[in-house]
Amino acid sequence: MKEKKMERTAIKISAIKEYLDKGKTIIALVGVIIVFTILSPNFLTVNNLIIMSKHVAQTAILAVGMTFVVLTGGIDLSVGAICGLSGMIAGGLIYEGLVLNLFGIIIYFSIPIIILISLALGMLVGWLNGILVTRFKVAAFIATLGTMYICRGAAMLRSNGKTFPNLVGKKEFGNTSFPFLGSGTIIGIPISVWIMIVLVIIAVYVSTKTPFGRYVYAVGGNENAARLSGIKVNKVKTVVYVISGACAAMVGLIISSELVASHPATGESFEMNAIAASVLGGTSLAGGKGSVFGAIIGAFVIGFLNDGMVMVGVSSFWQTVIKGVVIILAVIFEQMQSKKAE
Amino acid sequence: MADEIILEAKGITKLYPGTRALENVDFKVRRGKVNVLIGENGAGKSTLMKIIAGVESATSGEILINGSIAHYTTPAEAISHGVGIIHQELNLFPNLNIAENIFMTRELKKNPITIDLKKQVEEAKKYLDKLQLFIDPTTLVRNLRAGQQQIVEICKVLSQKAHIIIMDEPTSSLCQAEVSILFNIINELMVSGVTVIYISHRLEEIMRIGDYITILRDGHFIAEERVKNINLQWIIEKMTGNNHILRIETDRTAGEEILRVEHLTLPKRNGGYVLKDVSFTLRRNEILGIYGLRGAGRTELLECLIGAQSSMNGSIYLGGRKVTSHDINGRIKDGFALIPEDRKNLGIFHNLSIEKNMTISSLKRFTKRTEIKKRKERTAVQDIVNQLQIKLFSPDEFITSLSGGNQQKVVIGKSLLTEPKVLLMDEPTRGIDIGAKQDVFRICNNLVGRGVGVIFVSSEMQEILAIPDRVLVLSGGCLKGEFTNETVTEEKLVLTSALDLNAKE
Repeated sequence: MKEKKMERTAIKISAIKEYLDKGKTIIALVGVIIVFTILSPNFLTVNNLIIMSKHVAQTAILAVGMTFVVLTGGIDLSVGAICGLSGMIAGGLIYEGLVLNLFGIIIYFSIPIIILISLALGMLVGWLNGILVTRFKVAAFIATLGTMYICRGAAMLRSNGKTFPNLVGKKEFGNTSFPFLGSGTIIGIPISVWIMIVLVIIAVYVSTKTPFGRYVYAVGGNENAARLSGIKVNKVKTVVYVISGACAAMVGLIISSELVASHPATGESFEMNAIAASVLGGTSLAGGKGSVFGAIIGAFVIGFLNDGMVMVGVSSFWQTVIKGVVIILAVIFEQMQSKKAE
Repeated sequence: MADEIILEAKGITKLYPGTRALENVDFKVRRGKVNVLIGENGAGKSTLMKIIAGVESATSGEILINGSIAHYTTPAEAISHGVGIIHQELNLFPNLNIAENIFMTRELKKNPITIDLKKQVEEAKKYLDKLQLFIDPTTLVRNLRAGQQQIVEICKVLSQKAHIIIMDEPTSSLCQAEVSILFNIINELMVSGVTVIYISHRLEEIMRIGDYITILRDGHFIAEERVKNINLQWIIEKMTGNNHILRIETDRTAGEEILRVEHLTLPKRNGGYVLKDVSFTLRRNEILGIYGLRGAGRTELLECLIGAQSSMNGSIYLGGRKVTSHDINGRIKDGFALIPEDRKNLGIFHNLSIEKNMTISSLKRFTKRTEIKKRKERTAVQDIVNQLQIKLFSPDEFITSLSGGNQQKVVIGKSLLTEPKVLLMDEPTRGIDIGAKQDVFRICNNLVGRGVGVIFVSSEMQEILAIPDRVLVLSGGCLKGEFTNETVTEEKLVLTSALDLNAKE
């Protein structure tokens, strides 16, 4: 009996420790909130928090996928381009339908089908990344740089670089609900924030409670040992890119829906925000160390910092500089902490 | 002993935390001769060589060169005294060419910032010609065979004006033809006044090439003699000191067959074989030892069994049924488990806790639908911790917080949780302290008592004599002998593992 109690206390202690570890980013987030609340009275209002969360959701969803990839020791530069491509595919299907010249017909899909098609496309690109990295042994940086260009180019080709405007759909085609994804709310909270919340819950569960989550950390920590332990390393590595691709496609859909238009340049340099959020959240680019939850907090830090600076009236050039400084400081802080721990 | 002494190590003692690697060792090196240093694993040969080459410094004692005390603490300083070393694992840059490797850090320059490539190539060619390696100095080292790379290493130390060259097991990765070439080179070096210190396990080679022999045992100087005055028997006696360790007595008798391996062959990528036609059986109630020198194919044999070598041929029967799976995952399901030799790089996950390290191969056991059941996992881990007597504060601590011995026990625990039928242990006692070693042996015996087949690979003579019920000897990828624990002796193992080099031709 006593032993069991002690055991449970030990588990609790380790949980608290883990929480405090992640807490470092939370402290940064609290700091950001305090600073901007002082500087701008409108910062800590419900309305503003909802607007900011909507912005954060985009980075956060990308960061979820990115964190899985980075945990295995990889990197995914293609996510921004996948955002653009998935938006263009969905936009095209709504705006002009699937044109089959051969049969002289145009097919209009319903919105859920269009969302699934776009997500499937994102996953397909992710799968391609995975195959390049595992089967063809292309370095992740290069493989995803390549698919980034391919996807961006494909997005441009889809419309010859033009925008698909006014994606409200037509009643007679039954595809009018697309704007709901970006501007609809449930109990006052935007759909995209709900998507983020659900996704984060699933991702935290998968990364901490399932065998697959363990394998992700194991592969990132020591790939050779993982292989000898019977883990199907290539499968794990491929799946994380598929997850990342799906997350990116989701973000592409959300953005197009918010704007009620698809532009092929959507999502440019978003991959950098996602990587920054992961790293801010304590994820090591060497792999094996970090957490999904931390990455979400990291996304909030970046998002709140961005919007806060806009509200306070910092020039956009300075915003960029400050963002860079914060990221570097966070990582230096992290390094000092882990050195102390040793 | 009339030859002039060029280098003398006097009263060298080297302490490492917890162990005494060398104690008051004397070693004389004679000018223009091949001075052989020999001893079993752990006798202190490598430590002594590292001290002479300036890689490590002695706790006490001194080194005399040409009769006067030489103080040096880095390899660069050793080189300035004329002492160069060729490590067993070659230290070349495979992505650079021969000339660039030879002159690395001592580049020949046209002016303070530009390397004189042409001159480097010309100079490199001179050294290569001298050693009769007629190959373009602009060839990438990557494209050379092992023997050729060795020659480049020799060129490198010669170009540093070394006249005392230490060769640490120079033949361990060479084929027979390359060994002959190396020996010719050594003979020519001696003519030109170079002194060689030669370390090897291969007794036959020593008889062929050596002039003087010095024997170490357990960190002590044992004997020194001219090679022409002695024979193999003498070497073996001095090396082993007739110190037979008593084996742990068990009253078990081998039962039915668990594992049968037939005609297992593993080809080398560029011709030849790593393993050739290896057949053996493993029975219930026995520990099967595999002994062999480095490069004999021990690790590769285990890798074939665990499914890590995809190019192997031959058949494996587990419990009478042919094994058809061909990847590691499948083999683990079949009932194989491997404790890898290189614990740090192949065994542990430094980023995970003790518990997560231990259960990574058997998570399915603790998983209900999609979720790992923490309670179940913890119970299984506690069970292993008690069973293997792992000393830890909490299973949630990082594995890196444990000592080497306890880390090894965690790796063993990981294998046990997959409920193996055959446990493959590759040098399971490497780098762990004596207490943990005893624990590992006890674990082996317990496992065998529970019906698990254990294959125990070791290059430690004392272990291989004491632990297994039956010993196979590998040499050059072939099975060269089989002994039961009654018939096995140190002499037999040394002879079988070290003398059969010609037989493979």
